[in-house]
Amino acid sequence: MILLLAILSSLTIPLISLDDLESRLEGGRDTVYIVNFWATWCKPCVKELGNFDSIARENQGNAVKVLLVSIDDKSTLYTKVSPFVHSLRLRSEVLMLDELKPHLWIDRVDSSWSGAIPATMFVQSSTRRREFFEQEFSYVELNNKISDFLKGTP
Amino acid sequence: MFSAISMSAADLPDGVKVGDVAPDFNIKNIDNKRISLSTFKDAKGIILVFTCNSCPFAKKYEDRIMNLHTMYAGKGWPVLAVNPNDSTIAEEDSFSAMQERATERGYRFPYALDETQAMAMKYGARRTPHVFLIQNINSKFTVTYIGAIDDNANDSSKVETRFVENAIDNMIKGEPVEPSMTKAIGCTIKWRNL
Repeated sequence: MILLLAILSSLTIPLISLDDLESRLEGGRDTVYIVNFWATWCKPCVKELGNFDSIARENQGNAVKVLLVSIDDKSTLYTKVSPFVHSLRLRSEVLMLDELKPHLWIDRVDSSWSGAIPATMFVQSSTRRREFFEQEFSYVELNNKISDFLKGTP
Repeated sequence: MFSAISMSAADLPDGVKVGDVAPDFNIKNIDNKRISLSTFKDAKGIILVFTCNSCPFAKKYEDRIMNLHTMYAGKGWPVLAVNPNDSTIAEEDSFSAMQERATERGYRFPYALDETQAMAMKYGARRTPHVFLIQNINSKFTVTYIGAIDDNANDSSKVETRFVENAIDNMIKGEPVEPSMTKAIGCTIKWRNL
């Protein structure tokens, strides 16, 4: 029974509202959060997931946290998103955005965001540093950005 | 490992705003004829939709785009669908694939390729689908709405606000367009590597 519960919980991707995501980032102190907005239907997003996962694995000893936030249709969580995530054996934390009406929430993430994905945000609350990018990220670009944050260079 | 610098939306020109004069364009329709603003000189307006074959999100809106044309072409507002993607990046977005898709689905409106991506740049298109409503008053073409088709991409039966329909209905009645700008989720435009 315990084993079954453990398996079930490992297959669950938690839903998160934008407010909850924001308070989590806010409470992260000096942790550099890398928040990647992606979806199973977005080819360039899927292509770059491995880059984020490498960064997460290599920075386990650092104050770096990768959050892969799926903006897939919520009704596909069990049929599509969860099986997909588990087939990739991602080490990073995967969440599903629990919001409706993108025209209302896109601006709350960042006013410069058109709504196109992939999109990625770097947030460090202790330095009030927050950078948003509507673009793809290579491994090298991610690594450089993380180094800048950890060193405090712009 | 070599790593090209990823194209960022921040490096793209802002494009047009609501109220701006609509920039002219010269694009190739799937029937090989060129299309520009003057093609629509007798229309009351244009429902310009940047869309494509390859984006699953654009596909979710395909029927709704076809419906918009059915509903509004007779009222002087035809759809103009434009594919802004570089087909060397997304093969499904090639000119011949566009022709196939339009025939298969029976598009009754032009579906044109923005080969140079100049049009998408000028308008500030960022994603597919991305709508620009262009009102024509005595051959003066003005951008009157930019954004989403409606507020529920995933389920057309659960749409609460039909932004594009409301905007056109208002223009036909001579009333202001509100909201005149909305954001939506979509696929990034596949820009040619610069």
